[in-house]
This record gives sequence, structure tokens and C-alpha cells, in this order.
Amino acid sequence: MKKRELAALIDVSFTLNRGERIAIVGESGAGKSILGFSIVNLISKPGYIESGSIKLENKELTTMNLRQLQEIRGKRIAMIFQDPMMTLNPVLTIGNQLVETIRSHTNISYKDARNIAIEKLHNVQISSPEKRFDQYPHELSGGMRQRVIIAAVLLLNPDIIIADEPTTALDVTIQAEILQLLLSICRDNGVALILISHDLGVVSKVAERTLVMYAGHIVEEGPTLEIINDPQHPYTQGLLNALPQMTIPGQRLNQIQGSMPSLAERPTGCAFHPRCPYATQKCKQEQPQFIYSGVSSVACFMIEDMLNEFADTDKEVL
Amino acid sequence: MATPLIQISGLEKAFSTNESWLGQWRLRQGKLARHKDSVHALNGVNLTINQGETLCVVGETGCGKSTLARVIMGLTPPSAGEIHYLDQRIDQLNNRQRMFFRRRMQMVFQNPYASLNPRMTVYQTLSEPISFHNPQLSQSSVDEKIDELLESVGISASSSDRYPHEFSGGQRQRISLARALSVEPDFIVADEPLSALDVSVQAQVLNLMMDKQEERNLSYLFITHDLAVVEHFATRVAVMYLGRICELSPTSTLFSSPKHPYTQALLSAIPRLDSNTAQPIRLIGEVPTPTEKPIGCVFQARCPYANQRCYESSPSMTLQSDGSSVACHAIEEGRL
Ligand SMILES: Nc1ncnc2c1ncn2[C@@H]1O[C@H](COP(=O)(O)OP(=O)(O)O)[C@@H](O)[C@H]1O
Ligand SMILES: Nc1ncnc2c1ncn2[C@@H]1O[C@H](COP(=O)(O)OP(=O)(O)O)[C@@H](O)[C@H]1O
Ligand code: SF4
Ligand code: SF4
Ligand SMILES: [Mg+2]
Ligand SMILES: [Mg+2]
Repeated sequence: MKKRELAALIDVSFTLNRGERIAIVGESGAGKSILGFSIVNLISKPGYIESGSIKLENKELTTMNLRQLQEIRGKRIAMIFQDPMMTLNPVLTIGNQLVETIRSHTNISYKDARNIAIEKLHNVQISSPEKRFDQYPHELSGGMRQRVIIAAVLLLNPDIIIADEPTTALDVTIQAEILQLLLSICRDNGVALILISHDLGVVSKVAERTLVMYAGHIVEEGPTLEIINDPQHPYTQGLLNALPQMTIPGQRLNQIQGSMPSLAERPTGCAFHPRCPYATQKCKQEQPQFIYSGVSSVACFMIEDMLNEFADTDKEVL
Repeated sequence: MATPLIQISGLEKAFSTNESWLGQWRLRQGKLARHKDSVHALNGVNLTINQGETLCVVGETGCGKSTLARVIMGLTPPSAGEIHYLDQRIDQLNNRQRMFFRRRMQMVFQNPYASLNPRMTVYQTLSEPISFHNPQLSQSSVDEKIDELLESVGISASSSDRYPHEFSGGQRQRISLARALSVEPDFIVADEPLSALDVSVQAQVLNLMMDKQEERNLSYLFITHDLAVVEHFATRVAVMYLGRICELSPTSTLFSSPKHPYTQALLSAIPRLDSNTAQPIRLIGEVPTPTEKPIGCVFQARCPYANQRCYESSPSMTLQSDGSSVACHAIEEGRL
């Protein structure tokens, strides 16, 4: 059989400022998790970063060796996953895992480490932290486990937290609490956040800036609330319009035809063209480039043409 | 006027969690005693589902929504209580007696991967129930029916010889719906049918469900944790907590004036798109697992308004002036 390689991310660029909170949104298969993993070079084999550059301050991450990367992952960039059990060890107590984390990079006694761990559990609003300290992950609820993960992240005192769908598996009341906790931790400690989510409601509560992804591309980027109030890219528009709250109760929802293509069947030109109501011949052949629309940066020929038209009529008026 | 289709009263369901005989023995004060651990998933549910309506059931994980669905469908027997379909009692039927109701009542599950047989083509998946329930139909009529059904859920009839894995999640859920519709039921129980789907695809499935409801005067019992979907789709909403219904209201009433303290907390936690929404109401602790049958109000351990009476007696559903029903002592006493 012939070996085939498929690109999950295509020409993705963005910057994250110190202490800034951004969100990556899009439907499943858009490439959000792969983007999150690439930042810390955690892509599972045989996947790899083919080209491009990822810089933390002025240090290049894509060419680092494993030891250097582990240093970065431990101390500068922390990850939170949808499933806390990706991080927690099922056969160790919560307390021992936290103590181990503390003692792996500071030289303090077990007793002092224990006190710090209990304090952090308290900070993430875990009730009776002394009791929880001796419990195993399976004895805790999903929401509680996610709090433990956040406590562990706090211990590392990172510059950046990458949270991949951290509340997707949780009930809405617990979700609200965890989001509040994440938000206050980032604010209080000046930690930057990359929140990966499919839920625009969640994103609107936490992120200042939003990147919308479709089929491995970023298609729109701008301030979260402006994108929500005035989406520019046809996909972002479709995504928002499809939400039940955008239609009068009982009426049919605005659906986007079709579904996200898999890597193997990704269309040429603008990847959204088979589903886009505005697609033209050009969209099928060429890749749109980013332009600033006045609200956000968008990769779309329709927006580009509109902007050009306005520019032309402006000239005529003058 | 609303006509009841399904009526449920006093429904209880307890699962024993140490099923093996050996596992049931405990040493208590030096003596061996037999003890059955159990989870009380439903603790007295009263509910009516009207013809042509969508009744949405909401509540946290573990509050008993799926158990309610499964007990109604006869997939597991209740521990107590009654279920009526029109004027027939259906909670104690044997398999043969249930056959008629199998046709009238259908279920759609959250995970269309798990509920469709991976080794059956779409054609086989649909022809089986159609031929079984309509033995008089000729082969060509069955085929015609399948084509019609597939087209009506937006799946091309020419793809009927394909297997489930060859379709996307949204398409698979529409095939599950086609299978449920194939026997022309009056009532469909849908347990989180949209949870595995993306927003744009959710809209396709929800629109389809609305179309079918209009065409056939279908009744839905629709379980979901997505409150935006509930607000859009439900005729009435039942809010569950620890195996009981604590509020049952017409949809717009529930969202404009939630009354039960739990409903208020639940609605306040929805991450709405606008930025300037109020802070969510924080509840104390988390949902406990009901290993004992609850005494008093099921919500007492987390309720900011609980008093002595709440620990001792269970509040019953009381009709309010705006058409909602609420089970809460504080509301009854005018404290809330
Ligand atoms: N290890 C892998 N091998 C092959 N394809 C993969 C792998 N991981 C992810 N993909 C594919 O890459 C695309 C993007 O995946 P992902 O980043 O997980 O999407 P998202 O997080 O936005 O749902 C999907 O089409 C997915 O099927
Ligand atoms: N087959 C079973 N055996 C034992 N306990 C069960 C079983 N099914 C459900 N339960 C328990 O019953 C309660 C209600 O579960 P379920 O109806 O699945 O809730 P929901 O669908 O609202 O999340 C939970 O505590 C669950 O663990
Ligand atoms: S580039 Fe063309 S196909 Fe792509 S979103 Fe814009 S109008 Fe639609
Ligand atoms: S009955 Fe009591 S405990 Fe239950 S919701 Fe009302 S006030 Fe709270
Ligand atoms: Mg993902
Ligand atoms: Mg369930």
C-alpha cells in the first residue's frame, strides 16, 4: 500500500500576547486539538510538523530536543484536557501526584509540599482538601478532577495554559464554575490562555480574542464579542446562525448544508466552498488570503470583493 | 385542548449495585447480615406527555433521565408506579403483549455508532422493522417505502446499500431517526440525540425532527442537556433532580420565570452569547448518588433556602398561577 500523508493544518499563523486570553473555535475535525498540541510539539507519531515556526518569546520550539521541550511543557506551558484522566495517574492518590509535581522541581520536604498541595486544592475550591488529598482520582467527580488538574497547573505557575475543551464533559452548572475558576486564575496571575472549544457561548465568557477554524485553516480572527455580534466569514456566520437561540422558538433552524470534510477529501480553493452560499468559480480554485474587514481579519473572496467595491465607490465620490 | 398520550404516576426505579449473592453479605456487629446496595434512580415521577407535544427533560448527569426513558420504553421494569399509553397500562407487559407498543413507541439514542448495527447496510437496517411490522407488504412496496423514508430524512436512496461507517455522524443520526420512523410510531423517545453532533449538523437533525412532528402529529420525549435546544424546541419542560421532577412548565414560562431554586441555578449557568449576563448562581457541593431513598426534598443538601421542613417531608408538585408546577416548600410557604 502506498503511504499517504495528509495535512491537518495549513498555513496557520497567530500570536498570543503575555496574559492574553484567546479562543480557538470550530466544529470537530477542524484541527483545533492538533493546533493546540503542535504548540508544545505533542503531536503523536507518525504525525509531525512539516514546516513553520513556533516561538515562545524568542525561543524556537519546533527544533527543540525532548529534554528542552519537557522543561517548557512543565514550567512555561501547561495543558488541560477534556478528560482529566489523560493527566491524572489512576493508581496514585491526588495528594501524592501533587506532591510529586512540587518536589520534581523544588527541593522541599514532603510535609511542606503537602501543605502547599492542600493550599492549592483549597484555592481551586475543593471542599475538605485534607480528605481529598488521600483520595484516588476515581473517587472524585468529573468536575472535581478538573479542579485537581487546575490545582496542578497552579503549582507549575506557567505563562500559558492551553485548555482543550476543558468543560465539554461537564454539566452546565459545573461548567460555569470551572470557567469562572480558569478565568480568575488567568486574571490574577497574568497567565495567558488558549481555550479550545466548539461552544461559542463558553468562548464569549472567557476569551478576549477568537480564532475560527475550518478544515485546517484559520478563517477568521478578531475580538470575540465583535465576531459574535458581527461575524464576517460565511462559515462563522453559518455557525452562529445555526444556534437555536438565533431563531424564534418553534421555527426551523438555519442549517449549513453538508458537513466538515475529512482530511482526505478536503476541497481545493477555499475549503468551505461546497457549503458556502456565496461561492464563485474563483473560490473553487484559489485560496483566499487574510484581509481586515473593519471588524476582524477574514480569509474570504466575497469579503475581499466587497471591500474593493466600497473602495472603488469611495474613489468615484471623491 | 391537550390530549394525554402517555401518563406516568408514582414511577420508581432502584438498581441493586451488588448483584452477586456473595457480594451482599456484610459483617455487622460481629454478625453476618445481608445487605443490598442500591441506587434509587427514580423516586416517584409523575408526568403526562400530550399528543403532538415535545416534552423536554433536563437535569444534571445521573439525575435519572435515561432511566426514565428506558423504563417508559419497557427496556427495564420499574420498581413501582404505573405507565399508561392512552387507556392501557403498559408497565407490566410480557414480550408478546408489548409487540403492539413497540410499533407505537420508538427510541433514538445519543450515539448513532452504537445503536446502528455496523454489519447491516442501511437497506437491511430499515427493511427489517418494516417487513416485521407489515408482513402483508410485498417486497417492492417495502423497497419503495425505504427509498421514500431515506429521501425524507435527506439521505439519497441510492446510498441504501452502504454501511453505517460510510456515513457522517449527522447522517447516521438521520438514519437512526429513519429507522424509528419506519414503523410509523406516535411517540419517540430521544435520549440526547444531538450530543454527539456539531452545531451545524444539530440544526439539520432538529429541523428534521420538527418536520416529522408536523407531518405525523408525533409526540416526543426529548432528553438533552443543551438548554438552548430546549428553549427552541420544547412545548413543555420537566426539570429533574435526583430522580424527581422539581419543576414542570410551559417552555416560555420556564425560561422567563424559573421558580424552583435548582431551575434558577441551572438556567443562570447557561453560557449565553451576550457578554453582560449575570453571574451564575453557585450551588453548594455536587449532586450526591442516591444510595438511600431520599427523605424530604431531594435538593435540600444544596439548597440555599432549605429549612427543617425540607429535611423531613418531600414537597409535592403544586400548580402556580402562570401554569407552571413546582415542588418546593419555600415557594408554597411564600418564602421564595
Ligand atoms: N493521529 C492522527 N492521524 C490521522 N488523522 C488525524 C490524527 N489526529 C487527528 N486527525 C485528523 O485531523 C483532523 C483535525 O483533528 P483535530 O485537531 O482533533 O480536530 P478538532 O480538535 O478540531 O476536533 C481531523 O480530520 C482528524 O480526523
Ligand atoms: N443499570 C444500572 N445499574 C446501576 N445503576 C444505574 C444503572 N443505570 C443507571 N444507574 C444509576 O442511576 C442513576 C441515574 O442514571 P441515568 O438515568 O443514566 O441518569 P442521566 O441519564 O440523567 O444521566 C445514576 O446514579 C446511575 O449511576
Ligand atoms: S472564499 Fe468563497 S467559498 Fe470561501 S467563504 Fe468566501 S465566498 Fe465562500
Ligand atoms: S423544598 Fe426546601 S430544600 Fe427543596 S427546593 Fe424548596 S426550599 Fe429548597
Ligand atoms: Mg479536539
Ligand atoms: Mg443519560
